[in-house]
This record gives sequence, structure tokens and C-alpha cells, in this order.
Amino acid sequence: MSKKSSTRHILKDRHIENGAISKNMLYTIIFLGACALFIFLADRLFDAFSLRVFNLCAIYIVLALSLNLLNGFTGLFSLGHAGFMAVGAYVSALLTMPAPLKEMNYFLLPIVPWLQHVTIPFLPALIIAGLVSACVGFLIGAPVLRLRDDYLAIATLGFGEIIRVIITNAQSITNGAQGLKGLPRFSTTFAVWAAAGLVVLFMVLLMRSSYGRAMKAVRDDELAAEAMGINVFRVKVTSFTVSSFLAGIGGALLGHMITTIDPKMFTFTLTYNILLIVVLGGVGSISGSVISAIIVTVLMEALRFLDEPINLIFFEIPAMPGLRMVVFSILLMVMIIYRQRGLMGNKEFSWDMFQSAFVKKSKKGGSHARTP
Amino acid sequence: MTLSLLFQHIVNALSLGSLYALLAIGYTMVYGILRLINFAHGDIFMVGAYVAFYGITLLSLPWWAALLLSIIFTAFFGIGLERVAYKPLRDSPRISIMISAIGASFLLESLAVLVFGGRPKGMPVPDVLSKVIYFGSVSMITISLIIPLFTFALLILLLWIVNKTKIGMAMRAVSTDIEAARLMAVDVNKVVSVTFGIGSLLAAFGGIMWSFKYPQLNPLMGVMPGLKCFIAAVIGGIGNITGAVLGGFLLGIIEIMMVALLPTLSGYRDAFAFILLIIVLLLKPTGLLGKRQAEKV
Repeated sequence: MSKKSSTRHILKDRHIENGAISKNMLYTIIFLGACALFIFLADRLFDAFSLRVFNLCAIYIVLALSLNLLNGFTGLFSLGHAGFMAVGAYVSALLTMPAPLKEMNYFLLPIVPWLQHVTIPFLPALIIAGLVSACVGFLIGAPVLRLRDDYLAIATLGFGEIIRVIITNAQSITNGAQGLKGLPRFSTTFAVWAAAGLVVLFMVLLMRSSYGRAMKAVRDDELAAEAMGINVFRVKVTSFTVSSFLAGIGGALLGHMITTIDPKMFTFTLTYNILLIVVLGGVGSISGSVISAIIVTVLMEALRFLDEPINLIFFEIPAMPGLRMVVFSILLMVMIIYRQRGLMGNKEFSWDMFQSAFVKKSKKGGSHARTP
Repeated sequence: MTLSLLFQHIVNALSLGSLYALLAIGYTMVYGILRLINFAHGDIFMVGAYVAFYGITLLSLPWWAALLLSIIFTAFFGIGLERVAYKPLRDSPRISIMISAIGASFLLESLAVLVFGGRPKGMPVPDVLSKVIYFGSVSMITISLIIPLFTFALLILLLWIVNKTKIGMAMRAVSTDIEAARLMAVDVNKVVSVTFGIGSLLAAFGGIMWSFKYPQLNPLMGVMPGLKCFIAAVIGGIGNITGAVLGGFLLGIIEIMMVALLPTLSGYRDAFAFILLIIVLLLKPTGLLGKRQAEKV
């Protein structure tokens, strides 16, 4: 009897679900349309500074997802992301800069002849940047991924630093510590948001495929995954390579947005910023990374007022350069200690979740925020 | 290369190696007990140097008093840091604690920029330590001799504490098995605090000596030495104090000798430690003196 009732229950559930799917798809389409409209309007209406922050959000979405693929979905704790970004940024910059500009940049030591006259359009350069970065990732990943946990973290951190030191010293290719100036400004609003959209789509599809499930299996229990016939090492290397590809793309976009790159930009701090986005958004959540990339990027700029003198009518707090970073670090520490799962945990955003939160809120009178 | 120059390089290598060893011990002790890479250790090193700097300049203390003050302050600072940033996460996944450690490191760095200022400061080096002495044709600064001597004294003291005292026994017990140690009525919190205290004390001493030898202070001065010393600890076999000392000296000697013998590669000096790390990790992941542990399912 209980069996029968439970069957009926399931049927009823499915019925509701069927209804909900179409409704949710409608919501999704409306939401995506609204996003596209917003991006279009932002490109027209925002002032230069806001637009820059807005575009930076898209680049950080790409970077956060590429790190989340490793840390969140495959369970590989990697700290060498800045290195792959540097590779991507430099490859794309060297491929797109016109010859006279290169000559202007390389005043200490002339550029190697085979790079002097290479100038190709942005899109192929971006893809080549990603591919070169993926190759570097593959070469590093193959030996390093035999290590586990903190050893892996420190080894990838080491490789990130090695890449940076090599870039600093390879004067005739990368212009060393002087860096490259005047990169073509290719990272337009549409370019970066198209890249972000494609990467989000790619990640969603990847996580629904058998590759994504294999990665999650490796994350949850490596031994069990191996026992189920998953080639753990191959999954890890694949994940590392794909992540490096995305990091290279993100780095290239960043370079073409800031238009100046130098080795000092790609230190461990950059990896750390991305790691924080991933952790805050929820390790293993695509939507979490997207939301937190936007929040963190906007907050980093919004907190800028802290570095300037603060006027409190009766007295003025003098400018304290560095206060912004302190406040930011404290916020993050509090978050890490009291809410380790991050914003979304390892769940994904869904309309049902949104709806139930909203319903709960309105039942309580809508006066206070939803309780976890 | 003349013999006297070689001798000078050796003295330099020994003093750099001693500094690395002092810092590496802190990493290895914390890792041995909590299985945590204390990323903030390099910043504790920086705090130690700054406190001594303010002791000498603001409070106009003699250098040895500033040294003592800074060491004591930093030891308690390290204990406090553990209480705030690591203790609440002791039962969480290791990755969370590691992220917290990275966060603590960035917090300390940005706090240092705010409190001490981002501009580099010159450390007033006492005359006793900057005197140049001659042995025949070999000239050297006293500080380069004093660092290894003090380091050896501290090391002997530390080994005595770890191997002969009751708290040392408790430390070894906790590092072998934290649960079993707790069942044997070892106060784990106290042991962890003492470990952090000792580690920070050695880091502060290292930081002050470092700033006497390379007299420039800046808020990020601890980052590179911190990373390198963690590498030294891994090379020696993490969790093993003798190993950390060995790794520190090895790294210091190889680094100085490489720059001395192959000056064209000096630009790669910072990358060298990492290359060495990766070679060691790939060939002998447990380090030179580490023991292989079976994986528990």
C-alpha cells in the first residue's frame, strides 16, 4: 500500500516538475534576454569607469570558472593560475601588436625576428593564446598531478612563479620586466561578455556530460572513482589542461582590456583574488562563481572610497591608503571562517530555489531576509 | 675564483641557510601538528622585523632589547593568529584551513601596508653587527658570522625542548595522532599554541636577523622568504625538524653558490627554489628525511 502511494507521489511530483520545466525555461529565456539588453544598454550608457568595472566582471567570470573547474569540480587544489594567465596574455599581445608598436616597446633589446612582423586578428590570437596556455598546462600537469592536496598546491604555485620568472628574464621575447605597453584595445564589452557567456555555457554542458561526472567522481572519492573504471589520471590532466586553456583566454582578455602587461601583474595575488571569488561563490558551483565574480569585482571598486579621506560632518578621517584592502581581507576572513560553503555551496541556482526563498520571505511578512 | 672569495661565499651561504632554516622550522612544526601550510608564517617574519624596527627607532631601545621585545611580542602574535584564523576551522576540510591561511597572510600584508606604510624603511643596523672583520685576506661582516652561531644555539635549545621536555613529548604525540593524544589527556589546544609560539619566535628572530643583514623593511618582505622556506621544509621532509634545518641550509647554499658560480643565471634565482622543489617532489615526494605514510582509506 505504501508502495502504491509513493508511486502516486512520484507521479504527482513529475507532473508538477513537467509544468515547472516549461515555466522555468521561460524564466531563463526572459532572464537571458534581460541580461543581453542590460549589456547592450550598459555599453551605451555607462561612463568609461563603470563600463571598465562591468567588463572586468566578465573577465573574472571566465577566470573564476576556469579555477572552479579545477578546485571545485575536480578537487585539485591549484595555485598556479596566474602563470597560465600570463602565458595567455603575452601570447595574445605578441600576436596582435603591430610591428612598429613592438619596435617602440623593445628599446632595451630588439625582439626576436620571427615575432617582429606577426600581426593577426584578435579572435585567432585569442584562441592561439588559449591553446598555448593549454599546452603549458598539459606539460606541467602531466608530472605534477601525481601529487596530492597541499603538495599539489605548492607545486602549482611554484610553476606559476617559474613562468613569471621566465617571462621576466626572456628579454628578447617578452620585453622582460618593462612589460608591454599599448596593447590593442580588443576587449570590448561585447567581446568579453560573449566570452563569459560561452564559457558559462561550456561549463554547464561539460558538467552535464560524462566528462563532468567523471571529474566530480574523482573529486568526491579518488579511490572509488578508480574502482569504477575511471582513468583518474587522465581525468585530472584533462581538467588541468582545459582549465589552463580558459585561464589563458581570461588572461588575454585582461591584457587587451588593461592594455599594459608586465610580469609583476601576474603574481600570486592575482591567483588569490580568483581563488577568493571561487570560494565565496561556493566551490563547485557555476552560478556561485558567476554571482561572486560580479559581487567581488564591484565591491573591490566600491570600497575604493575607504582609501580617501572620509568626511563625517563634524570631523574628517584622514586618508588611510590600504584601508580598502584591510576591510576587504577582513570581510573575506569572516566569510571563510563563518560560512565555509560560500554563497551557493556546491548547488546551482535554480528558479525553484529562488521561488521557494521568495515564498518563505513573503510568508514571514517579507520584512527580513531569508534564513538559511 | 680565489680561495678567499670562495670562503666568503661559504660564510654568506651559511648565514642565508641559517635564516632559511629558522623560518622552515616554523612551517614544519605547524605542518607536523595540524597538517596545515601556514601561509602567514612569512608575514609573521615581517611583523617580527617591523616590531624590532619600531623598538629601536620609536622606543629608542638598544638593539638586543628590541630583539627580545619583538621576539616575545611576535610569539604571542602567532598564538593569537592561530586562535583567530585557524582554531575555528580545525575540524573543517584541509582546503578550508589552507584558504584561511592564505587569507590571514593577505590580511597581515594589507594591515602592514596600512599601519607601517607601503614605503620601504631602512633598518638601523647596530655598529657591533655591521663591523667588518678580516681573517687574513677574507673580510666579512660580523652579522654573517653571528647568524649561524645564534641559529645553532637556538636549534639545540629547540631539539632539547622537543625531545626531552614534557611539552615536547606532547608535541610529538599530537603530531603522530591528534585523536589518540587527546585520549591520553594531552591538551591539544595548548600544544598547538606552544607550537605556534615557538614557530613565530624563531620566525621573528629570523626576520630581525634578515633585516640586519639586508637592511630594508617593506610589508611584502616575508612573501618570498616564506615561500622558499616552505620549500626548504618540503625538501627536508615536512614534519621533521632536522629535515627542515637540512633543507634550509641546502637551499641557502645552493642558491648562493649558483649565483656565485653561474652569474648569468642570477635572474632565475627566485625560480630556482621552485625548480628544486618540483624535482624533489617528483623523485621523493616525502622529502629527504620524511617517512612514507601509507594512505588510509
